[in-house]
Amino acid sequence: MNWAIGSDFLAMGGYALYVWGSYGVATGLIVVEIILLKSRRSAALAQSGARSMGGRS
Amino acid sequence: MSQPTLVIGNVNWFRYASPQAFYPLAGAMIPWFAWVAAACALAGLYVGFFVAPTDFQQGESYRIIFIHVAAAWMSMFIYLVMAFWSGVGLVFNTRLSHMMASALAPTGALFTFIALWTGSLWGRPTWGTWWAWDARLTSELILLFLYFGYLALAAAIEEPRRADRACAVLALVGAVNVPIIYFSVKWWNTLHQGASVSLTSAPTMAATMFTGMILMAIAAWTYSIAAALHRVRSIILERERGADWVTQLDRGGRL
Repeated sequence: MNWAIGSDFLAMGGYALYVWGSYGVATGLIVVEIILLKSRRSAALAQSGARSMGGRS
Repeated sequence: MSQPTLVIGNVNWFRYASPQAFYPLAGAMIPWFAWVAAACALAGLYVGFFVAPTDFQQGESYRIIFIHVAAAWMSMFIYLVMAFWSGVGLVFNTRLSHMMASALAPTGALFTFIALWTGSLWGRPTWGTWWAWDARLTSELILLFLYFGYLALAAAIEEPRRADRACAVLALVGAVNVPIIYFSVKWWNTLHQGASVSLTSAPTMAATMFTGMILMAIAAWTYSIAAALHRVRSIILERERGADWVTQLDRGGRL
């Protein structure tokens, strides 16, 4: 292991902006895609009148 | 219209070309791919941040590689798969192929953006610039515009079958750009470095760096498969509204 988790790790040898800017934005966008996928499915289910969505029985 | 058949080993493989047969199959596969993606991403990040050594030239900034390379590979590969399904859809006139192609596009655009964004954040400390009109960077930017064009075209055409064919042609024509991206670092004198990993020679990097990169690449692959299968299920429901099989699955609570 190269470092204990803490300020050294967060500082990334002075490249914190670049490293965390990369991983932060990538993670954020993937989370957004997962939210969009789930909301599209809910909309498609509701439109199909799915029972689980409280549509017609 | 009769269904096309492809019988190998007593199984008609075109059975799964029908949305009705594919819908439950896709649903069953999603959790497996999603779990593999999560596990490989965690392992890849662990190796990338805690096991792989600091680079003697670039310091810690090189750790961007683990997300950058995985995203860049995925951005190109998804486009090729999209073009493949578009071609199959045009030749065999199978609706599911077109649905699969359009389900891949948003995820492809996502990885293309991540590749460009992380590349920019890596370029600043290593090259001293956020962006250069270099062959590799420019062709990757064109890839992003191809994905956006595909999505805009799909959204602009009301009738699904017409949209499918128009999008398929765009996907196939745009596929020319993928080998240009891949070989750009060989064909032109680019700021971007050449490939560190190829099928024909040993990787020119530390073994632990390579392991981290491969784990992240597997995570990107399996995530993309899970996301595309999830999206194609929504597309099937949107298009098959009112079909008997949808109503039947719904009655059984299996939609």
